[in-house]
Formats: sequence, C-alpha cells, structure tokens
Amino acid sequence: MTALTRPARPNSAGDAALRPVPWRRMAGVSWRQHRIALAGAAVLLGALAVWLWIMGTPLHHAYAAAIACHPASSAACQGSIANFNQSVENHFMGSKGTGGVLLQVVPALIGAFVGAPVLARELETGTFRYAWTQGFGRWRWALAKLVALALVLAAATAAFGALVSWYYQPYLGTGNPALGLNENSPFGDLFSLREVTFPAWTVASFATAALAGMLIRRVVPAIVATLAAYAGLAFATAGLLREHYLTPLVTSSVSPPGTAWIISQWSTLDGRFAFAGNPPTSIFNQLGPCLAAGNGKPLAGGFPQQLAQCLAQHGYTQWTSYQPASRLWPFQWIEGGWLLALSALLIAATIWLVHRRAA
Amino acid sequence: MNVVEASGLGKRYGRTWALRECTLEIPAGRVAALVGPNGAGKSTLLNLSVGLTAPSAGAVTVLGGRRAGSPAALDGIAFVAQDTPLYKNLTVSDMIYLTRALNRRFDQPYARTRLDELGIPLKRKAGKLSGGQQAQLALTLALARHPRLLVLDEPVAMLDPVARHDFMATVLAAAADDGVSVLLSSHVLTELERVADYLVLLSLGQVRLAGKVGDLLAAHGQASLEELALTYLRETTPEVTR
Amino acid sequence: MTALTMPARPDEDDASPRPVPWRRMAGVTWRQHRVALGCVAALLGALAVWLWIAGTSVHHAWAAATACHPAASPACQDLANTFNGTWDNMSIPAVLLQVVPAAIGAFVGAPVLARELETGTFRFAWTQGFGRWRWALAKLVPLALVLAAATAAFGALVSWCYQPYAATGNQALGIYGNSPLVTVPSLREVTFPAWTVAAFATAALAGMLIRRVVPAIVATLAVYAGLAIAAAGLLREHYLAPLVTSSANVPGAAWLISQWWTKGGRLAFAGNPPDSLLNQFCSFGPGPSSKGGAPASPGQTFAQCLAPHGYTQWTSYQPASRFWPFQWIEGGWLLALSVLFIAVAIWLVQRRAA
Repeated sequence: MTALTRPARPNSAGDAALRPVPWRRMAGVSWRQHRIALAGAAVLLGALAVWLWIMGTPLHHAYAAAIACHPASSAACQGSIANFNQSVENHFMGSKGTGGVLLQVVPALIGAFVGAPVLARELETGTFRYAWTQGFGRWRWALAKLVALALVLAAATAAFGALVSWYYQPYLGTGNPALGLNENSPFGDLFSLREVTFPAWTVASFATAALAGMLIRRVVPAIVATLAAYAGLAFATAGLLREHYLTPLVTSSVSPPGTAWIISQWSTLDGRFAFAGNPPTSIFNQLGPCLAAGNGKPLAGGFPQQLAQCLAQHGYTQWTSYQPASRLWPFQWIEGGWLLALSALLIAATIWLVHRRAA
Repeated sequence: MNVVEASGLGKRYGRTWALRECTLEIPAGRVAALVGPNGAGKSTLLNLSVGLTAPSAGAVTVLGGRRAGSPAALDGIAFVAQDTPLYKNLTVSDMIYLTRALNRRFDQPYARTRLDELGIPLKRKAGKLSGGQQAQLALTLALARHPRLLVLDEPVAMLDPVARHDFMATVLAAAADDGVSVLLSSHVLTELERVADYLVLLSLGQVRLAGKVGDLLAAHGQASLEELALTYLRETTPEVTR
Repeated sequence: MTALTMPARPDEDDASPRPVPWRRMAGVTWRQHRVALGCVAALLGALAVWLWIAGTSVHHAWAAATACHPAASPACQDLANTFNGTWDNMSIPAVLLQVVPAAIGAFVGAPVLARELETGTFRFAWTQGFGRWRWALAKLVPLALVLAAATAAFGALVSWCYQPYAATGNQALGIYGNSPLVTVPSLREVTFPAWTVAAFATAALAGMLIRRVVPAIVATLAVYAGLAIAAAGLLREHYLAPLVTSSANVPGAAWLISQWWTKGGRLAFAGNPPDSLLNQFCSFGPGPSSKGGAPASPGQTFAQCLAPHGYTQWTSYQPASRFWPFQWIEGGWLLALSVLFIAVAIWLVQRRAA
C-alpha cells in the first residue's frame, strides 16, 4: 500500500493565541448526535397536538353554541348549556380528567430522555475521549450543545403550550356564570402546561437530566434520577410554592369569582379568629335551628350558601383568601422565571463539572 | 522543542498512585514508544498529556510549553484512545463531519481519499466496521487534523498482523513525510522495534528508562528493544512468588 | 516463573450432560438486576406510605359521613361535603398511579436482553453451560413473578385506599360515589400486576428486537400507552354484554355505557334529546348548574318531561357487581399477551444469530 503524501502543512508556529473554533459548528454536531431523540420528542408532541386539536374543536363548537344561544332560559338553550357543562365535567382532558393529568408527565419525559444521554452517553461509551480531545474544547462543546438543545425544546414546547391554552380557553370563558356554564380557575391542573410554563418545566427537566448524566455517568440511571427529582419538584410547586407567588387577596364576601383559585377560608368572630374551613361540631350545633329553618326553601347555591347565611346571622365573618384569575399571566411568568433560573444554574453546574472533573 | 515535558508528574486514584514522580522530556520529530506491563501507568500518562485527566502532583506541558488540555494544546494534538471510541450509531461520513466541525484544521480530501483506498464505505455505521477498519478510521480522522503530535493508546492491540502492519506503516509515513511527532503506547514490543526511535519504559507507575533507542541499546549492551525491555523490567519488578 | 501444573482432569466428557439446575439462575438474576429491583421496591414503598396515610384519612372521613344520622341534617351534610372534598386531593394521584406499571415494566424489562446485546456481554452469557434459551426463560419468568407479587400487594393497597369512593349506598347519602368499574384508578389487585407484567414482557421483547436499552424503553412506553388507551376506551366496556334497562333509576354505582330513547318500539334518538323535542315538551327555569355531589345523568331530568309523551329511555350499563369478573377478564388477556411476548422473546433468543 502506498503511503499517501500530503501537502506540507503551512507554518502555524505563531498560533499560541488561537482563534477559537466558531460556535456555529456545534449546530451540526448536536443535530447529528441527537437527531433521533429530537425526532422522538417531535413525534410525541405532534401526536398529542393532533389529539388536542381533535378534542378541542368540538369543545369550542359546543361552547360557541351555548354562548350564542338566545334566549338563554329556553329549553333548547338549556340543553346546549347542559351539553357543554357535561363535557366539561366528564371530559377526558378536563382539569382533573385523565388526559389532563397524564399530560403533566410529558415535560418530564422529554427533558429526561433528551437530556440524560448528552453527557452520560459519552461517559458511558467512552466517546468522551474523542469528543473532549478535539480542537473545540470540552466546556465550549458542552455549553453549545446544552444551550442549543434547550432552546430547541423550549421553542417546540412553547408552541405546544399555546395549543393547550387554546384548548382550555372555553373552560375559562368570562360571562360563563351568567349563563349557568361551568367555569374553572386557570390555576387548575393545566397551569403547568401553558405557553410559558410548559417550556419552562421541559427545560428544567432537561437541565436536571444533563447534570444527573454528568454525575451518574450512565444513561438509564440518569433518566430515573431525573424523573424522581422532577416529580418531587412538581409536587412541591403545585402543593406549596404556587399559591405564594403573590400575596393572596382576602375578601369577606361569601363567593369570590368562580374562576378564582381559593387558597383557604376561615371565619372570625368579633375580629378574632374563630375557626378555619368548616365550623367545628360545637358551633354547628349552635346553628342547628337556623339551618333547620332554611330547609324548607333551599337557597340558590345550596347548602354552603345556607351555612354562610346562618353563620353571618350569628355574627361570624367569613374570609376567603384567593388568587384572582387576572393573575394568571404574572404567575406564569413568575413560575417560568424561577424555573429558568434553576435551569441556568443546573446547566452552569454541569459545564463547570465538565471543565473541572478529570475523566 | 519538546513535544511532551513532564516534571514530577503524578496521578492518584483514591489512594493508589497510578503514576508517580514522572519526569520526561520527549523531543519533537520522533516516534516515541511508551512501553510497560499492564497497569504500569501508560494510559494514565497519555491521558494526562492530552488533557483528559488533571495531575495530582507535578505538571505536564506539551508542544513547547503549552498547558496540557488548553485550546492551544488541543489544536495541535490528535489522540486515538484505547478501543478507538467512535460513535457507533453514526456513519463514517458523520464522523468526518464531526471531526471537521470540531477542529480548526481538517483535510477533508485527504480523509476521503484515504478511506477510499482502505475500502471503508462512507455510509456504513461506525459500529458495524471491523476492528481493523475502526482503527484505521480513527487514525485517518486524527491525521486529517494535521496535528503536530499524534498520540496513540495501544492502537494495535486489537488488530490482526496485516492490519497492524498497515496501521503502523501509515503512522510511519506520517512521521516521515509530514514531520508529525508520534507518541504511542504498546506492550507488543516486536512491533515497536521497527518504528520507535525514542523509548520510555514504565513500570509500576514510574519511569525506569527514557532515551533514544540507539543510545539505550548501546548503554545497556542489548541487541533488541525486546531484550532491553525484558531485562530491565525483570530487574526492577519484584518477583511474583507462587 | 514456574509453569503451573494442573491436576489431571477426571474423565468427565459426557456425551449428554445433565442440564445445569434451574435454581442457579435465581442468584444470577438477582445480581444482575438488583439495582432495578431495588428502585422498584423504593418507588412502591414510598407510594405505599403515602397511600396509607392518605387512605386512612379518607376512610375516617367516609366513616364519619356514613355513620351520621339523620342523613339530611346540616351537620351530616357537612360531613358528606368534607368527604367529597377529599376527592380533590385523591383524583390526581389516582391518574398518576396509572403510569406506575408502565414505568416499572419498561425500566426493569428493557435491560434484561437489550443491555446484554448493547454491551456485548451476551457473548459471555450465551456461551455458558446453562444454554441461552433456558437462561432467558429463567430470567424473564422469575422477574415477572417478583414484579407481579409486589404490584399485586400494591394494587390491593390502592383498592383499599380508594374503596370509599366506590362504596354502594353512597348516592343515597348524597356522597360522591362512582362505579368501581370506572373509578380512576382502574388498576387494582388483579389489573395492576397484570399491566405491570404486560409492560415488562413488552419491554423484554422490544429489547430483543431493538437491541438498545433506551430506545426499547421508549418503544415500551409508546406501546403501553396505545394499549391502555385502547383498553380503557374500547375494550373494557365489552368484556361482558351490558345489561339494558328502561327503568329511570339505574343503580348509582353502575357504569353507564350509553343511553337511547325509543318511541312506539322504534329508535327515536340516542343520547340527549334534540332541541326541537325539548322546546316542545320541556320547560326549564333558570337554575344553578350542578356542582359537586354525585354527577347526575342529564337523561334523568329529561325523562320526566318526555315520558308522558310516549318516549322510553333505555340505558345500557355494567352493574357494579361485575367488578371482579371484569378484573379477571382484563387480567386474563393481559396475562395471555405477556406469555405470548415472553415466548416470542425467548424464541428470538434461541433462533436469532447474534
């Protein structure tokens, strides 16, 4: 076999201070290495988008029919309204419906399955010995990859989040109560699946997976660790953090707007705290005569209204702390903001580890 | 210029010193062989030189004073690790694309022509190539970067004699024609006979011998590299009693 | 260095050796999969603790609500509302529990064969004296059994936790009640392990076909999702032919499949009445929409104004008494599917050249 002769290398003796390899080169590198994972995410989001579209169109039609129907008290219009309410109550994708809850795992899955292999696969298979000895430099390589992938995921999931918001819009229509239509608080269970929070949660999951991959150095354990961490964070946010983003409003009127997110309720007597939530048995017994008296003619609003009236008659003031629906967008941005900060922190930690940690 | 300069270099994993008190000056323009039994510290020394690992003690600089692992060092050194890690699911042309994208210098025509000569199809996945083809692919990618220093970690351990011969011929041609310095580790001494003109002998994490092959052979009165290595290792390695 | 001499090997070259005993694989399987099994134990354990705590409070609330007399008094109504309110906290976990069988099956099952193929260790495992298909069988079946046992116990705990929501007699008391056939979660003592083993078998087969662990996990989750949706949406209602009744009072805990109306023995319309009929025969005042309590079937209110005009409402439903037959039917076909997938996987191990 003849040895191939190559042209003499130009004298690059003075290249001790080198121009770094341009950042844009990493676009093609990231694509080639992660195209299957990205395609998988695209297929998943695409299939779900088609499904949301199919489910959402009849819902919007039912809503439009119910709203446009006049006069509202006629039997036919009541039928349309009942139709819409029934679909809201039982719908697979309703705020507590099966589909709506299962969608919550999508950001976790996308982030974990796209993010974990970025570093863990290189370490597990040994190809880091190739990737980190190329001219690009290891921490720049990691930064370019992680940021580029995070941006792609954020864009795709933001578009999907907009679709979820579109789907959910009839549930939140203003003017609903006047017509007797069900209404829901936008802070319900689809809150984390909107235009801002869906990409924010996905990127947070991705960043967690990248860091887990760097620490654990094996892909499947990194995926499992990411899902566990995500679950913990999601439950903590939904259960504890979210209600405190802005100080809740407090009102003493008996019914806050139906779209509000009720945080807590309590009653006071003569300015001092009496009880939280429902009255204890002792007070209930005191209300006995009042409640029994009202049994003959049930009030609109049913028993809770009756209880409220009787409590008021006995001198109790009921307080409700709630978040009004108008705060949806501030809450979205607050949640998106801290998730973004967390993601940036996790990615920075990952890159620092790539830079520092001896192989 | 020295391609690799180490002073008091040491690397510790946990409580075990894989490499200790290593002081070397490997001159440029040579094919340097790093020789020693398994576990002697050869891979550790090479990993330190290319910046994959950081030293626990001492320092190592490459290519005339550049810090190992710095961008300047990475630019001038091409490394082929043990087991020639390639992305198994990417095609050969994908690997060419990656190497070109990640480096300042890449001679694509050379790479294409060479792979053509070797009969390695561009569209095949790297994981489906034979062991010899994978090694040749990794070497081609490394040489196409026009490095000053080519570092090879046990490159021919998995190759059959014919593949081994071709591989070393390529390495030699690069060294001879283009002035690429080569640092390679092996424990197949007979192979190194033909190619190496500088020797570093490692055992139990310490440098036992270093110098030009001709000088060493004359100084110790041995006829061949293999005899030299065996004699020296036998003298310094504690006898394993059964 | 002296050459080591070995004692002369006794003449053991049998032409037909006894197979290596099956029980040897127990330790092999444990050592190779102990991390995965440990994670499953940790997950089920954590969830079990939560279910225990939540379930205890649900049971207390339900016991208080049902023990209260008279049922229509305000104090008892309040207890009923408290119990209904517990559903808010329990409904979301009920849905999330549905993904547990998929996750367990996929993450335990995919590496069994795929990891060996991906890392090349099958070249060690399949050249040992045990023999490759026996090795595969002895691994897959015990793992499936262990998963089935653990998830059956877990399923029983889930059933206990959600049992108050499906209790008969709830509706009479105005408490939230639902058919046990559709109460989310539908995964119970029999179906929870059945779905887990089905996911495990799918993952093992996917691992053998795809030969890489992470793609096998993804494929398993996708197949499981499709299968679960098909079962919930299409299959489940047809396990046994639904009962049909024309009485207006369908037992409250029944699972309503569909409703239709006939007049004079012929089908008039299905579902809700058309607007024309409503305008003709029914008049409603403006009223509050129904909130909370048992979800009422709108058909019942329409029945009152349409029945005098000759319309009969028919309902097809599955009674709550069919809960256990349905469990066993679903468990049965899932088990058959699992056996099929595992058999195919083992056949592939035997047949397919590496």
